[in-house]
Amino acid sequence: MIPAEFDYTRPASLGEALQVLHDRGGEAKVLAGGYSLIPLLKLRLGTPGILVDIKDIGGLDGIAESDGELRIGARATHAAIAASPLARGYPILGDTAAGIGDPQIRNWGTIGGSCAHADPSSDWPAVLIAMNGSLVCRSVGGERVVAARDFFLDSFQTAIEPDELLTEVRIPKPPPGSGSAYVKLERRTGDFATVGAAAQLHLGGDGRIDAVGIGLTAVAEAPFAATKAESALHGAHPSAEMFREAGVAAAEQSRPVEDRHGPVDYKMAMVREMTERALARAAERAGARG
Amino acid sequence: MTTKHIQVTVNGEMREADVEPRLLLVHLLRDGFGLTGTHIGCDTTNCGACTVLIDGRSAKSCTVLAVQADGAAVKTIEGMADGANLHPLQQAFWDQHGLQCGFCTPGMIMQASYLLAQNPDPSEAEIREGISGNLCRCTGYVNIVKAIQQAAAELRSQEAPAEPVAAR
Repeated sequence: MIPAEFDYTRPASLGEALQVLHDRGGEAKVLAGGYSLIPLLKLRLGTPGILVDIKDIGGLDGIAESDGELRIGARATHAAIAASPLARGYPILGDTAAGIGDPQIRNWGTIGGSCAHADPSSDWPAVLIAMNGSLVCRSVGGERVVAARDFFLDSFQTAIEPDELLTEVRIPKPPPGSGSAYVKLERRTGDFATVGAAAQLHLGGDGRIDAVGIGLTAVAEAPFAATKAESALHGAHPSAEMFREAGVAAAEQSRPVEDRHGPVDYKMAMVREMTERALARAAERAGARG
Repeated sequence: MTTKHIQVTVNGEMREADVEPRLLLVHLLRDGFGLTGTHIGCDTTNCGACTVLIDGRSAKSCTVLAVQADGAAVKTIEGMADGANLHPLQQAFWDQHGLQCGFCTPGMIMQASYLLAQNPDPSEAEIREGISGNLCRCTGYVNIVKAIQQAAAELRSQEAPAEPVAAR
C-alpha cells in the first residue's frame, strides 16, 4: 500500500514547526513516531498536503516532575515511559505503556501521537482522563493547556486547532494514599482494547474515597469520564460491592457498538468487569485493607 | 512531486538516494538498495517480517518513511553475518530449526537481536514477549524461542572475560 503524495519537512526547532503549522495548518499533519499516521496514509484515509516531522525538535521527549505534575513530552515513546524511573511512581503509566501494541510499536509510538490521533480504542486518553491530566497545545500565538476531560471530542477528533502542536502531557502528582491502575481486555496480545478502564482513587484519613477518576476506552465514540461511577464512589469505603456498583454505573454511561470484538451486551458486561478490576487494583495500590 | 535527497548508513555503508517523501523504508531497502532480505508480509504493521534496526531501535520498516531514516543508521538481516561466519542468532536458528518456510525469519532475527541488546539473559516469557510483534505462521515459536536462548548463551559467552572469574 502506497500513501498518496505529500510534502515533507523536518524542522529543526519548535518555532519553525509552529510557523509551518501556521502557514499550512489546514493541510498539515504532524509526524511523530508515525505508527498511527503512516498506516492511515497507506490506507489513504488521510491525504495531508505536508507532513511536519518533529523528530529533530529538542525538548519534546522529556519525562520530568515539575510544579507538582509529571510532564511527559509529546514525543516520549511508550517504551521510554514504560522504562522511566519517574513513571514508576505512577503505576498506571506502566500498566498502560507496557501493554500497548508490541515491542516495535512501543519503540516508535508516542504518547502525544496517540492522544492527537485520538483513536477511541487507544489507551492513553482514558488514563489521562482518570488522572485528571491536561495537554499542552502550542501555536505561534502562544500556549493553551486543555484538560484531558475537554480534549477528546469525538472519534479521531480533539481540541487541537490546525495550527497547534501538542507538545506535552501533564499529570498531577497523586498525594500519598492514592492508587491507580489501567486494565484492558484485548482479544489477542497487541490488539487494540475491546474495553479498557483506567481508575485512580485517593483514600482519606478515615479510609473513605475522597477523590476518584475513571476513564473508559473503546466503548463510546470517544474516551470519556465515567462520572456517574465517580459520584457513586465519592465518600464511600472501598469494597467489592461498591466497585461492582461503580461498574454498573460505568456501563450505563457507555455506548459501545457491535463490531468484530463482540456484541453490545458483551461489551457492557466487560465495562462492568474491567471497571471493577481497575478500581480494585487501584484501591489495593492505595493501601486499602482487603 | 519533489523528491528529497537522503543519506542513510545501511549495514555500515553510507548510501544516498533521492526519494519521494511517501516512499516506505522497506521499499527503499528492497527496491532502491537491492536488500531483499527484509520481507514485506502484511504491510499493516502487524507481522513484523519487515523488522529492521534504526539507530539500534527495532522498527517495522513498512511503517517508516524512508525520509524519516535520513541521517540514521539502519541494520538489516544482510548486516548480521561477518563474511562467511553466521551471526550467533543466524547459526542458532539453523541449529534449532527455528524456521520452516523462512519468511518471518529475517524480521524475527532482527527483533531477537534488539531483544538481546536490551536484555542479554531473557527468560522464556521475556523472549515470547520480546517477539510478540513478529508472527510465524509455520507454528515455529517453540524452536524460535530455543534458537534465541541458544544465541543468548553464545553471545553472553563471547562477552564473558577470557580469564576465569574467581569464585566470590
